[in-house]
Amino acid sequence: MVHTVVVVGGNRIPFAKAGGPYARASNHDMLTAALDGLVARAGLAGERIGEVAGGAVLKHPNDFNLTREAVLSSALAPETPACDLQQACATGLETTMYLANKIALGQLSSGIAAGVDSASDAPITVSDPLRRILLKASRARTPQQRIAAFAKVRPAHLAPQAPRVAEPRTGLSMGEHQAVTTARWDISREAQDELAAASHHKLAAAWERGFFDDLVTPYLGTTRDAVLRPDTSVEKLAALKPAFGGPEGTMTAGNSTPLSDGAAAVLLATEEWAAEHHLTPWARIVDAEVAAVDHPGGADLLLAPVGATGRLLARQGLTVDDIDLFEIHEAFASTVLATRKAWQDADYCASLGLDGPLGAFPDHKLNVTGSSLAAGHPFAATGARIVPTLAKLLHERGPGSRGLISICAAGGQGLVAILEAV
Amino acid sequence: MSALEKAYYSPVGRKVASKAGLHEPPRLRRGREWPQGRIVLAPLGASSLVADALALLGREHDAPVVDSGTDAPGYGDRIGALVVDALDVAAVTDLEALRAVLRPAARAVERAGRIVVVARPGGAGGGWEADAVARALDGINRTVGKELRGGATATLVYAHEGVAAADLVSTLGFVLQGRSAFVDGQAWHVRPAAVTADRLDEHPLDGRVCVVTGAARGIGAAIARTLAREGAAVLAVDIPAAGEALAAVANEIGGTALQLDITADDAGARIAAHVAARGARIHAMVHNAGITRDKMLVNTDADRWASVLDVNLAAEMRINAVLLDPAVEGGMADGGRIVGIASTSGLAGNKGQTNYAASKAGVAGLVAAMAPDLAHRRITVNAVAPGFIETEMTARIPFVQREVFRRVNSLSQGGQPVDVAETIAYLCEPASQGVTGQVIRVCGQNMVGA
Repeated sequence: MVHTVVVVGGNRIPFAKAGGPYARASNHDMLTAALDGLVARAGLAGERIGEVAGGAVLKHPNDFNLTREAVLSSALAPETPACDLQQACATGLETTMYLANKIALGQLSSGIAAGVDSASDAPITVSDPLRRILLKASRARTPQQRIAAFAKVRPAHLAPQAPRVAEPRTGLSMGEHQAVTTARWDISREAQDELAAASHHKLAAAWERGFFDDLVTPYLGTTRDAVLRPDTSVEKLAALKPAFGGPEGTMTAGNSTPLSDGAAAVLLATEEWAAEHHLTPWARIVDAEVAAVDHPGGADLLLAPVGATGRLLARQGLTVDDIDLFEIHEAFASTVLATRKAWQDADYCASLGLDGPLGAFPDHKLNVTGSSLAAGHPFAATGARIVPTLAKLLHERGPGSRGLISICAAGGQGLVAILEAV
Repeated sequence: MSALEKAYYSPVGRKVASKAGLHEPPRLRRGREWPQGRIVLAPLGASSLVADALALLGREHDAPVVDSGTDAPGYGDRIGALVVDALDVAAVTDLEALRAVLRPAARAVERAGRIVVVARPGGAGGGWEADAVARALDGINRTVGKELRGGATATLVYAHEGVAAADLVSTLGFVLQGRSAFVDGQAWHVRPAAVTADRLDEHPLDGRVCVVTGAARGIGAAIARTLAREGAAVLAVDIPAAGEALAAVANEIGGTALQLDITADDAGARIAAHVAARGARIHAMVHNAGITRDKMLVNTDADRWASVLDVNLAAEMRINAVLLDPAVEGGMADGGRIVGIASTSGLAGNKGQTNYAASKAGVAGLVAAMAPDLAHRRITVNAVAPGFIETEMTARIPFVQREVFRRVNSLSQGGQPVDVAETIAYLCEPASQGVTGQVIRVCGQNMVGA
């Protein structure tokens, strides 16, 4: 028997630029805050939730049990189990689907999907040779053996290793990869800056109308997304120097997401559980599809969601026209623009084995309350930011409204999901 | 903490202050604690109403020592409380009987003990003398409050004609217990309400939905905690920017948090929607949220004026209008409670607070106006008027000024947020049905605003 899985709420802390107001907050702290805000909003203090699934992309070795530890620090019942998952920038959507699937199968009646990342508090590790020496020294039985092990330390070993936002197989940063895609799909600087400015303006308008009053809980004195620049404009963005793609590049710090800190959580449940807990279902989780492209074989690193979207729509018997709202994660403005072009490109879609191009949709259906360019993008948290945002937007539009989420992820992967208002 | 404040609170500083007459303030009894010593009941006539109420409260009582006029007799030991049934006192000559029981008790009442007088109010058709006597009792009560030491308090309860013992249970229980710690020298009215409670309920709000605005910190957080302790399902409301502290309060008490600006047009509707989603109606609406924008009148511009009046008074009225519409799902239940927060600043006026005083005196006027109009739905409407309460807000007042504010009341100290909360919880009890249209000061009998 398959149960209907509904989104009944969400909570996140305001997102912030790395090194900003959350510079001294850990993933554990931020994830706990996101959970506690959700618990307070839904009145779940002391409740045992079926399972909490969370994750972080930049994770300290000590945080091996990050989500369970955050649950124990939160107001949830300590009998609430948890697990950690990670699928790069798709983590927050993948944790949602992991729990949605379990709920659909009847294994759970409630779950909280979450994601958190701190680019401020990124783990620093030691070099591989130093690590081997330290491990050998710790296994030494005599002082002599220990001294002998340490004697092998060389100055070069001592340099700390910070995590890089780079593809291990190419050594290229995500921005450099996307610069290739930007050029290949002929995405103009103007279009990117327009999309970025629109994202800020739409997010600012949503804050102004109180849309986030029941989606965000302030944290450490920060009450709104600290990345947001309501007064930015295409003109201001046009003045920025290229950040990726060399001196002729079109990608800037203004039309690319900054490294961010933040956490987000989604409350998922069966309709029965929602009713028992007096919570209003916003939308049901319809279906999802994960995909990957041939990386580093030459495919566009961040366009994996295109194939997933095509297969998902076909499986559901839907077309782009059946979707009322699109949430395409703004890793870079050009990612969204290239994704939309790819959807309309017959040859590209055919190369993915799709029956035809997915088609176009009007701008007013895209990221209607802004997205990652304006909100920020703490990698694992983004999916868990988008799911409740879209669910609430669909609920506002009324039953039957459909929305599609498309999130690209490192390693040439992508995850796409469809929600429908109930 | 300033250097001066540190010095004041150092061991040496305390000694010096004590020599100068600034003694360590008395420790007040709080919570559901009864007086330690015996309760003495002094009936001054044939009425047995107070005896019946004490019986419902399950409190044993002793006979009073009466001053015969020769030498002042004593109790021999401390007594916990003197409760006087003065319902038959109507003539000036009757007051001697009151003096005769007050005099021995004034010496014997324990620290944080109580002297409570239950009497008929004036204006009930008893004639000129009866009205004069009713008012005389108020003067006596206020003076007893000022003379009592060691944190003991005095209270006058005006029980109207027709009040039954059960109607008095919640009031007498509140006054005698530690919950009324910072309520001193006050008089308020209990009207007949056909209350059926036959004992004091420890969890009178069990399962009832109570809404508290401004619940993230200070007095509002204490109200939320206290109502939750009494069994309420609390909806804690505060502005979105206070959401982090609000969530902590809601989770602590197992309530729910609603981030909401009460001045928004849809504030009432959103509160109702939240309650309706839980399939409930509101038992108690506590309008605690408030702001100050202090300036002397010569510097008070239209913005400061409007924002304080809107948050502290107009928003409350807009929300009430929505919640009192019987057609609104999740609105006020019949038999519900509305509580506003007035202020001694509002009752007495306060330099630099024209706007605030207007709003808070306005709250006092509002509850008096609403109460009779909502009586047919058994909805009571009351306000509390806090005096100097120890909060983050008052902690910002410069030390010397703050110490003066603390001292200028009969209990020589500031009140705690929980003291305001306890009074509100008492008003919210179903058994407090006979108390409506009142303003109860929680001020330790502050010299200001009487």
